Amino acid sequence: MEFSRLFELIISASIINNFVFTRFLGLCIFFGVSKKMETAVGMSITFTAVMMISAAISWFVFNFLMVPLDITFLKIIIFIGIVAGFVQASDTIMRKVAPALYYKLGIYLALISTNCIILAVPLINSGEKYSFIESIAFGFGSGIGFALALIIMASIRERLELAEVPNAFKGTPIAFVVTGLIALAFTGFSGLITI
Amino acid sequence: MSHHEINYKDLIINGIFKENTIFKLALSLCPAIAVTSNLRNGVLMGIAVLFVQVMVNITISLMRPFIHPRIRLPIFMLVISGWVTVTDLLMAAFAPDAYKQMGLYIQLIVAFASILARAEMFASKNTVVPSIFDGIGMGTGFLFALTVISFFRELLGKGTLWGISILNAKPLLIMVLPAGGFFAVGILMALFNWIDKKYLTSSSTHH
Repeated sequence: MEFSRLFELIISASIINNFVFTRFLGLCIFFGVSKKMETAVGMSITFTAVMMISAAISWFVFNFLMVPLDITFLKIIIFIGIVAGFVQASDTIMRKVAPALYYKLGIYLALISTNCIILAVPLINSGEKYSFIESIAFGFGSGIGFALALIIMASIRERLELAEVPNAFKGTPIAFVVTGLIALAFTGFSGLITI
Repeated sequence: MSHHEINYKDLIINGIFKENTIFKLALSLCPAIAVTSNLRNGVLMGIAVLFVQVMVNITISLMRPFIHPRIRLPIFMLVISGWVTVTDLLMAAFAPDAYKQMGLYIQLIVAFASILARAEMFASKNTVVPSIFDGIGMGTGFLFALTVISFFRELLGKGTLWGISILNAKPLLIMVLPAGGFFAVGILMALFNWIDKKYLTSSSTHH
């Protein structure tokens, strides 16, 4: 496996096919935790770690268990089980290691297990038949892309708090319009690398 | 049970307007943008969600006496992912063209917060018939939102509806781009808020 291919995969997953701006995944979390920079950073780190590890675990399960047993049609049920189990574990670890962060992110951590962005990584990996290293690279790239989106959005929303917004647009609607503008900027990256 | 009758009409209205999944609760937003660049995909996605929501509500309300409260969430997830797998396989068999474009998002219905929320808040506490109506209400609300969004995006972005040419003017390409999806949802959400504040607030205060 040459390095350039992995690099392309990471750039493609994080910037060109950014999960939030071009694949529209994880939007609930994206709008939920992007109000403050601090929570956005904590969430990004958790997400990247969870995505890489769940990509690795589900690759093993998919290739060594589901393909030989011919039960790939059950992948939705099995992947959600893997992700939910792993998130539960990381939840417990975070409560012990970083209680302050846990207190802030508690409700969203509970939601991670049923979050589309985490589940999408193993689904796409198995659909594209990526190798083990490629799967982890894809998970890492997606995590970085999501972190980038969250941090950009959090820094804009901290300013947006002070701006005067028409009444009907207050809250989520204006956040959508802002996201649209960022997405427009991200369209500029399309075609940078073609895999 | 007899002294507080559940009003079926209210259940459905509630799902479509007061607690509209997309416009009011801002949940399950991913497909609201991902599949709504044309009307056909939007409607198909809405129907898929309606189907899953109703079937999950029926299953959970039937299994209600047997589910131990401590393990209810894993069981709900199992039921939801089971029905999503059914939908996924049905779509792959009967609508292969649409499935090619939005297969990933059909599979990700399993991660919808709104379906799990209805199972937890309504179906696990009520009998079958009200649960069916609740499912229909919430599902129709979702279908309604997706239809409205994809209607405007396809009409403005391509000048067509369901693939049939309607407008002769030069289309606004931005509406079918990813960015246009965010704009459309943002603007429609604001419109919903505005209508709500202006006309519905006074009538909904009496309950």
